Amino acid sequence: MPWSREEIAARAARELADGFYVNLGIGIPTLVANFIAPGVNVVLQSENGMLGMGPFPYSGEEDPDLINAGKQTITELPLSSYFSSSDSFAMIRGGHIDLSILGAMEVSEGGDLANWVVPGKVVKGMGGAMDLVAGVKRVVVVMEHNSKDGAPKFKPRCELPLTGVNVVDSLITDLAQFARASRREPFRLVEMAPGITPLELRAKTPAHYVE
Amino acid sequence: MSTSKVYPDAVSALSGVLADGMMVMAGGFGACGVPENLIAAVRELGCRNLTCVSNNAGLDHFGLGLLLQTRQIRKMISSYVGENKEFERQYLAGELELEFNPQGTLAERIRAGGAGIHGFFVRTGAGTLVAEGKEQRVVDGETYVLETGLVADLSLVKAWRGDPAGNLVYRKTARNFNPPMATAGRVTIAEVEELVPVGTLDPDHIHTPGIYVQRILQGSNYSRLIEKRTVRPRGGSADAVVA
Repeated sequence: MPWSREEIAARAARELADGFYVNLGIGIPTLVANFIAPGVNVVLQSENGMLGMGPFPYSGEEDPDLINAGKQTITELPLSSYFSSSDSFAMIRGGHIDLSILGAMEVSEGGDLANWVVPGKVVKGMGGAMDLVAGVKRVVVVMEHNSKDGAPKFKPRCELPLTGVNVVDSLITDLAQFARASRREPFRLVEMAPGITPLELRAKTPAHYVE
Repeated sequence: MSTSKVYPDAVSALSGVLADGMMVMAGGFGACGVPENLIAAVRELGCRNLTCVSNNAGLDHFGLGLLLQTRQIRKMISSYVGENKEFERQYLAGELELEFNPQGTLAERIRAGGAGIHGFFVRTGAGTLVAEGKEQRVVDGETYVLETGLVADLSLVKAWRGDPAGNLVYRKTARNFNPPMATAGRVTIAEVEELVPVGTLDPDHIHTPGIYVQRILQGSNYSRLIEKRTVRPRGGSADAVVA
C-alpha cells in the first residue's frame, strides 16, 4: 500500500535534526511540521522574511502583517526574528539554511529538479524555489511517484523546465524513499512502502537507482 | 532640513515625480506590506507604459492589480504572479510583457542596484531558462550566472512608522521587499501607517535610514487584507504546528 501524504511527511520529518534551520515548501512539505519528533527543535524559515515561524493563530488573532510564504496567517515565537527579502535570500543563498523540503513535478536520476512549470497550466513563476535549491545545504523532495495519468516522475532526465541542476539529495514518494550520500553519487533505494515489490518499483521508475 | 519631505497625501507626494514609461518598484509580498495609498494614487494620476518591479502582481482588486485593470502597466518583473486573473488574461493576450526572476535574485538585484553594484554572479538558475542569454562563469567547478543590479525611476514603499526625516520602521513580515526597494529608487516615496515626530523612533531600531526616502506621507484606509486565513482551534492540540 502506498504511503499517504501524512506518511510521506512523517518520513521527511526524520530528515530533521535538532538545531536545524529549515525551509518548508507549500503542500506536503508544510505538513512535515506536524511530525517533528519530540526533543528535535528546529527553527522554520519563511522566505518572505521570518525565522521562527509559529503555529497558525487562534481565530480572531490573525495579523495581516504576519504571513508565511504561502500567504497563510501564522504566529511568532519567543525566538522569532524578521528581516527583508534580500536578507532572507542572502541567508538561503549563503548556505545558512540546513534543509529544504520541496514538492516536485519531476526529478532526474542525476538529481535535477523541475517544479515551477506545471504542464497544461499558465506559468505563475518560480518564486523562491530556484534560490532554495541553489543555496540550501540539503534538499529533500516529496512527491507522488507517478502523475495523475500514471506517467513516471522520477526519470532519467527531466522534460519540464528545470528549477535546478543536480540539487536533490533525498527523494520520498508514496512508493519509496531514495537518497544519495553526495551529489556525485547515484540515488540508492532506502525503503519501499509496505506491499510494494522491487519489481513493481522498477517498472514504475525509469530513473536509474541502486538497490 | 531646508525642504520638507512630508506630503499630506499620496497624490501630492507623486505629483511632479510620476511620468509615463517609468520603471516603478512597489514593495510587498502578497497582500502584505503593499503601498496601497501610493498605488491608488498612481491609478488616479493615470500615467501609462510603466515597468513595475514587484514580487507579485497584486490581486484582481488590490495592489498592482488595480493598475492592470487600467492598463497602466506595460511590463512586470516579478517572481510569482499566481493570484491575478486579469494579469493572466493580459499576458496570454500578449498585452503585457513579463520577466520572471527567482525571488532571491530579484531581491538581490534590487539590493545591489541600491548599493551601486551593477552585476553579481549567483548559482541560482544555472542550467535553467533563467540563465539563457546571460554571461556565465565556472569557479571551482560550479557554474555561476551574471545578474544585474536594478535601479528604478521611482520606488514606492510601505512602512509601519516613519518620521519627517524619512526614517522607517516596518512591522513583522510586512517588511519583505520594502527595505531594498527604498534604497534602489532614484526617488523613493514611503507611505506609513503612522507618521511620528522626529526623535520618537529609537535610532537603534530604524530599518531604513532617512537618506533613502525623499518623500513621506501618512496613509489611510488600510485594507488589512488577508489572502489565506488559517487558524487553529482553541483548546486544540498544543503541538499543532503549521498546517
